[in-house]
Amino acid sequence: MNDTRTITVTVNGKAYTKDVPVRLTLADFLRGELQLTGTHLGCEHGVCGACTILLDERSARSCLMLAVQANGHEIMTVEGIAPSADKLHPLQEAFRDNHGLQCGFCTPGMLTTLIEFLRDNPDPTEREVRIAISGNLCRCTGYQGIVLAALDAAKRMKAAKA
Amino acid sequence: MKPPPFQYHDPKTVAEAVGLLGRLENAKLLAGGQSLMPMLNMRFVLPDHVIDLNRCEGLAGIKEAGGALEIGAMTRQRDLEFSDLVKAKCPLLEQAIQHIGHRQTRNRGTIGGSLCHLDPAAELVSVCAAHDATVVVEGPNGRREIAFADFPVAFMTSSIELNEIVTAVRLPLWAPGHKAAFIEFSRRHGDFAIVSAAAMLEIGGGKITRASVTIGGVAVAPHRARDVEQAITGQAPSSDLFRKACESCRSIEALEDIHASSSYRQHLAAVLSRRALEKAAGLADNAPWNKVH
Repeated sequence: MNDTRTITVTVNGKAYTKDVPVRLTLADFLRGELQLTGTHLGCEHGVCGACTILLDERSARSCLMLAVQANGHEIMTVEGIAPSADKLHPLQEAFRDNHGLQCGFCTPGMLTTLIEFLRDNPDPTEREVRIAISGNLCRCTGYQGIVLAALDAAKRMKAAKA
Repeated sequence: MKPPPFQYHDPKTVAEAVGLLGRLENAKLLAGGQSLMPMLNMRFVLPDHVIDLNRCEGLAGIKEAGGALEIGAMTRQRDLEFSDLVKAKCPLLEQAIQHIGHRQTRNRGTIGGSLCHLDPAAELVSVCAAHDATVVVEGPNGRREIAFADFPVAFMTSSIELNEIVTAVRLPLWAPGHKAAFIEFSRRHGDFAIVSAAAMLEIGGGKITRASVTIGGVAVAPHRARDVEQAITGQAPSSDLFRKACESCRSIEALEDIHASSSYRQHLAAVLSRRALEKAAGLADNAPWNKVH
């Protein structure tokens, strides 16, 4: 009963071909097979949001997908957000400047969630930001810094575009 | 590895999926995975076979046909959320979707998956009950249609056979310009509703000509409050009328669990159904509880 499949997945612009057990979750595939350990696993049953990735530019919980389901799809993880190794994305800079993280465990899921949200809603209200991150649990910050960071990031991203 | 061992199948057509489902023992269908995957990860379910419908053609899409909105079973909740057709024709569905989980789960979760999982608090299940939907299923003997009133049979159990697949759901459309509201009470945003209420109204000549009132989360299946519907039809909409009519919701036989007692759910049913009707009728614009969910 160790059914395996060969899959090809593009992660952060790079194509990987691997044999995977069919019951391997996408989160464990990213962390264990590709050593992309930026994607965090909190609850592993779709509650905490730490494992959020973008699948074909839509946010999804990678603990609630099988790696085989990602075959032929494009994934972006937290490692793919920064434009280069020495430059942060404006969203990441806003998190740093607004105390948007403390221990950092929830941060990968917060960032991937907000990348999609700010793309779809570049000029959000505070309430909209709070709803957007309602599926991501943070046990350090009380969310205040994260909300401020998201609102600040929206301004920075708008300014960068202008 | 979190999920238990299983064999994986990803059929490309409904016929292939039906064939697999008929042939394989102890098989589970995987739609959006937002309920089955947690249950696999926690090993609450131990299937020998998982049949993944995500590569099955022709199961996703939203169209208007024969006075109804026809929605493919694998249509993602997100695609319903951003559909202009849903927004224009089915305001109850548009509002209900805002309460389903979070963006990350709506991006994957499907309408067919939600109906088959049949959680008592599920918003899409309530919308189907409110709209008197028809569920379309396919099995080895072909296609059949199930009226939504006959769809739930027990706690999280529907009347589809083990060898059948839900392929679509049809929501008969109400008159253009009809009013609708979906509201719910939950502890946190995106959490399961403790109680929800869905109201639809057609109003003509200052009188209610047609009404649908559905309470979710109180019983194993959504409860259509027929006595409320009857009491308000033919009347001019007013807060007083709704308040009196919705008192009957206090006698619904309500579930009791760790989140709320039966009597608390009955209280919520009366309050939320009244609020949903007020909101639908445009009488709640200044009410303190009436924010953008």
